[in-house]
Amino acid sequence: MYNLVQHSQDYIRRSPFHTCFSIHYLPIIKPSSLHRLLRFLSPILLPSPFHKTLTLVSAMALNPSDQASTGMFFPTQTPGTVLCCTCGVVMAPNPANMCVKCLRSRVDITEGLPRQAVVNFCPDCSSYLQPPNKWLRFNLDSQELLHFLVKRLHTRFSRLVTLTHAEFMFTEPHSKRIKIRLRVRREVMNGAILEQPHIVEFVVHDKLCLSCSRLQANPDQWVAAVQLRQHVPHRRTFLFLEQLILRHGAATRAVRIADAPHGLDFFFASRSHAIRFVDFVNSVAPVQYRTDKQLVSHDPKSNVYNYKHTFSVEISPICREDLICLPPKVAHSLGNLGPLVICTKVSNSIVLMDPFTLRVAYLNATQYWSDPFRPLLSSRQLVEYSILDIEPESDIVTVGGSRYQLAYVQVARMSDFSNVFTVKTHLGHLLNVGDNALGYDLFGANPNDMEMDKYKGLVLPDCVLMKKSYEEVRARRSGKQRNFKLKRLDIEVEPTGGRKGEDDKRNDEYQKFIEDLEENPELRFNISLYKNDNYEPSEMGTSMADAEEIPSVPVEELVADLEGLDIGDGQDQE
Amino acid sequence: MATRLQFENNCEVGVFSKLTNKYCLVAIGGSESFYSVFESELAGVIPVVKTSIAGTRIVGRMCAGNKNGLLLPHTTTDQELQHIRNCLPDEVVVQRVEERLSALGNCVACNDHVALTHPDLDRETEELIADVLGVEVFRQTIAGNILVGSYCVFSNRGGLVHPHTSIEDLDELSTLLQVPLVAGTVNRGSEVIAGGMTVNDWTAFCGSDTTATELSVIESVFKLREAQPTAIVDEMRRSLIDTYV
Repeated sequence: MYNLVQHSQDYIRRSPFHTCFSIHYLPIIKPSSLHRLLRFLSPILLPSPFHKTLTLVSAMALNPSDQASTGMFFPTQTPGTVLCCTCGVVMAPNPANMCVKCLRSRVDITEGLPRQAVVNFCPDCSSYLQPPNKWLRFNLDSQELLHFLVKRLHTRFSRLVTLTHAEFMFTEPHSKRIKIRLRVRREVMNGAILEQPHIVEFVVHDKLCLSCSRLQANPDQWVAAVQLRQHVPHRRTFLFLEQLILRHGAATRAVRIADAPHGLDFFFASRSHAIRFVDFVNSVAPVQYRTDKQLVSHDPKSNVYNYKHTFSVEISPICREDLICLPPKVAHSLGNLGPLVICTKVSNSIVLMDPFTLRVAYLNATQYWSDPFRPLLSSRQLVEYSILDIEPESDIVTVGGSRYQLAYVQVARMSDFSNVFTVKTHLGHLLNVGDNALGYDLFGANPNDMEMDKYKGLVLPDCVLMKKSYEEVRARRSGKQRNFKLKRLDIEVEPTGGRKGEDDKRNDEYQKFIEDLEENPELRFNISLYKNDNYEPSEMGTSMADAEEIPSVPVEELVADLEGLDIGDGQDQE
Repeated sequence: MATRLQFENNCEVGVFSKLTNKYCLVAIGGSESFYSVFESELAGVIPVVKTSIAGTRIVGRMCAGNKNGLLLPHTTTDQELQHIRNCLPDEVVVQRVEERLSALGNCVACNDHVALTHPDLDRETEELIADVLGVEVFRQTIAGNILVGSYCVFSNRGGLVHPHTSIEDLDELSTLLQVPLVAGTVNRGSEVIAGGMTVNDWTAFCGSDTTATELSVIESVFKLREAQPTAIVDEMRRSLIDTYV
């Protein structure tokens, strides 16, 4: 019966009364029972070095599969039965040698554990308070709420018991009580581990969180405001900015967004949110801004000052497709870039291109605002031309990320075919004879620019072509749905009163903006276009075959609109 | 008949006393209550000796003995040895043992015929045990524990072993010892049987924490209920008296 594998008697004499020896033993020696013995006997027989050897050995004990592989014969050991020491019922032996019922009646491991607790809940934003002042949003009966509630209890019972399992018990949703059932485990007398369920009831107290109470007191209250302005007659920039803001979620913290002449106003509940928004705008547009603050209230005892902050952000008036005559200083600083340039792209820096030499220059915000200039002609003044003849001059080159080709064209204005101009253009790769193009009419224009006067002997071309025109094709297609749609920001519009023409102008601009998006893939880069569920592509087949395709957005770029989906919480969680 | 008692508020009675069929050794306590219980039970029948061994009070665990002899560790002082020799009857051989494992009570469990010893006991000590105590010696372990003297207790009529002993081991031990064995506990679930109780053929002493269940197990396995004085007299009456007139 004794499974002695190796019997070594190397012992070290430490003192006349203490000897220690090592034994290699199988099977497991229960440390708990041995420890009880050692309490009585340790000074004489088993000093601490033996202790250590023994506990090490118990870790080395072989399990039945290993036992078989060593080749030794181990007889089967069926555990016997023993009477429970208190009630006398027959049971298998356990470390306490009492049946579970007696143990449970004797020891209540949930003694001292909290049975009731309080949790604060804000009915407006349905969030729970984590003291001292953090509010967290959870759905009822969710895993996160369970985790949160258990964590609230954890400090009070972690030193007594360990937690095995937790789950919700059913309570009526409006009863203001949340019940959870925990399974706790603790070691009782001599190493027996007892596990018991324990129910904790949370009483939910309603309390408005700080932000909701502030909102209730004054819904329009704001602490910081960002006034975004661009002094140009059109609102294309703001339409584009609106899509960018939606895509990046920069205005999620805004309390209110309002329309203003030449721009937009954003109101925030804290200065840091406003600064974050200003940083975002700074990264997508060439801006300069200044900040001011106004004292609202002042607590002299604790020296707390409450301010209202305003950020006045000005976006540069240069937009895409503008024709610009650079002031001499700026032209020199950019390496004598021909004074007439067009703006091809505006992000946080302005890309200027000379259409006749295809030279590109970049101006970032600080460079621009140190020496600001205004455009000569902007896209409102684009005139339609018809291409009569085209003669490419050079190859297609890629400049600044886009492809251009220098060409000589003969054009005439659509309104006035009597005058034919021969001009150089950078759109040689797009245009064919018979196409329509939009361009700036410098022949008929009367520029009133002080900068131009500074140039002596400047020869202006008759016309500068800007882009190909799809007006005719669009007119044929009028009324058809597009395969994408855009989301809009929730902007409060001032009641305009008598200015009826504004609405039509805004609609026109919006249509032009959408056409712009269709034509230019690089504009769509940072914008989310959502699939239009109402779009039926089969209708396109019935229209007459177009000689040229209308530019449209490929389906791969569209994003499915998820707002319509109703993703409910798992209702089977109890 | 089993009695429940305490030594100075400690329920481990088997540590502080050694009971055999011919004598009883008891530790010297602060008050006389421990000794007086033994006295009241055993007064005229066997001598109850108050002693210390090696200057300690844990007399039950330091010595091993039965009706034939008593073995003491080498740490016993000469005075103690002399005192014990004086108090015990002459038939009992008192011998000091030169053994590395000096707590003989933990290493040896014996009755008047058989002894179980610690597997690592010296060969000379084994021979001495066989000689002095007049027993057959077996080296064994109980439920994987090598301290057989602590985890089992047996008299000539029955025995109680560690509760985790498997059924095969129980059978094996039972055949070796030739007495019925049962696995059980003492002192409300304590597994150290010999520390919690001490027993001879007609009486047993247990710690006061022993529950009624444990006590009934002890009384049944050691056959203590039949050993009432009245039962003996009834048997004798039946054999002495032929008929009633």
